[in-house]
Amino acid sequence: MIRALILWLALAGAACAEEIVMGLSESRVAITATFDGSDILVFGAVKRDSPPPDTGPLEVIIAVSGPQTPVTVRRKDRRFGLWVNVDEVAVDSAPSFYAVATTGPLADILTEVEDLRHHITIPRAIRSVGNTVIDSGAFTDALVRIRAGEGLFRVMEGAVLLTEETLFRVQIGLPANLIEGNYDTRIYLTRNGQVVDTFETLIAVRKVGIERWLYNLSRDAPLAYAALALALAIVAGWSASALFQVLRR
Amino acid sequence: MQLYLPIAEVSVNAFLLFGIGGLVGILSGMFGVGGGFLITPLLFMIGVPPAVAVATSANQVVASSFSALLGHLRRRNVDILMGVVLLSGGLVGSAVGVWLFNWLKAQGQVDLLVRLCYVVFLGLIGGLMLVESLRALARARAGIAPVRRKHNWVHNLPFKMKFRVSGLYISLIPPLLLGALVGLLAAIMGVGGGFIMVPAMIYLLGMPTKVVIGTSLLQIIFVAGFTTILHATTNGTVDLVLALLLILGGVIGAQVGTRIGARMKAEQLRIFLALLVLAVGIQIAVGLVLQPAELFGLERGAPL
Repeated sequence: MIRALILWLALAGAACAEEIVMGLSESRVAITATFDGSDILVFGAVKRDSPPPDTGPLEVIIAVSGPQTPVTVRRKDRRFGLWVNVDEVAVDSAPSFYAVATTGPLADILTEVEDLRHHITIPRAIRSVGNTVIDSGAFTDALVRIRAGEGLFRVMEGAVLLTEETLFRVQIGLPANLIEGNYDTRIYLTRNGQVVDTFETLIAVRKVGIERWLYNLSRDAPLAYAALALALAIVAGWSASALFQVLRR
Repeated sequence: MQLYLPIAEVSVNAFLLFGIGGLVGILSGMFGVGGGFLITPLLFMIGVPPAVAVATSANQVVASSFSALLGHLRRRNVDILMGVVLLSGGLVGSAVGVWLFNWLKAQGQVDLLVRLCYVVFLGLIGGLMLVESLRALARARAGIAPVRRKHNWVHNLPFKMKFRVSGLYISLIPPLLLGALVGLLAAIMGVGGGFIMVPAMIYLLGMPTKVVIGTSLLQIIFVAGFTTILHATTNGTVDLVLALLLILGGVIGAQVGTRIGARMKAEQLRIFLALLVLAVGIQIAVGLVLQPAELFGLERGAPL
């Protein structure tokens, strides 16, 4: 078994000369009642058997992507003096959160072809096909603009710190308005715009404690959840009234 | 202090929510309105998704109205018989309303229709109330004794019944129809319907203002409770953490409001409510007419 592993490692090493060894400051993010965003440190090293090739500088791109969901984008226009939704585009899948951190400008360190293949930049991470609306591009642009404004889409060019072409690290802030799910974390090593190695891992974002319990109850037993909501309302209403009655005496 | 809302999936300031709940609670106790027409737009503003805001404010309305109702019950300002009659009409109306709402949703543009409903009804009712109560105030200043409303067509219908608390002997048909109409509008607009109910009871049925508030609260509790259950079971959009914060502020506010209301003159109360209703209506109308800063809107689907 160990021999096989060594053999596999040797073969893998031969296939690509530079390899990523990676770590995360935390692989689980717990959404508690007082969750107010979280910072994740993504760090790692480049492992190589021979000295680095001098074909160009080594660059690192790190992309963290939240769960993919379909999104309906609607556009307003003026009709009879009122601003109303006139047309919509259904985007098949867009990440709920997306951050790209790099060692340099994306245009310089990643070719268009490699971007298309690996879906690294924000426009490539959004999938929208078969729309009949003219200029549906404006709708996906709006999606990116709105999410970027909410801090959900981030491009951090030059944020990744790379020392001696070996050690890299970057701090990625996860905002407070995070949704549950697996946050896909990908690392790309590039030289001359070509991807030389990739590494993929997951950050599990989960609600915990009372948040978890309430969410599950609302999904598994909605009627009980509704009854609980009404009971709380009635008890709160009654106790406030009783309390003020006592205070008045 | 930031709090993460489990259903809305956003993080908001707990004190801000407490404040919103308190403000709406005061209005609820003073005027006998549930405050749904005020709390829902406020929640939109702080970034709570619309579906969650509508569903959760229904839950908060139950709490603050119940708290205020207890205050009014002690003062014997509730016509329970009238409340039951209105409610039986209201349940039929809201069932039809929910059906109508879903039909409109299938046609698209339900958002626009809801806003237009708000503008038309808030504007109409606010305007009428303002004019009438200003007139009443002027009459009171001039020292003319208020004339007891003469018998109108409402009093010539069959199935008459005695409502002792309200001091009325009228037909069952107008309150039943009124209840149904309010239930219908409440389901479409996602509110308890107090702001329609209160003026209608005063001007259409001729009930005394003091009794109107308590009675309308009774009806609101049931309509809002019904709405809460409906939203929780069909869409799962009631957020208990959000509701609890709003409720905490709301129930305290409602008690304060009931006391303020008891010290104010009926005409003054009506002027304030009219101005408030008009202000919200105008704000929504302006939002429809002015070009929005962002022409695009997003709606997130379920994760793949």
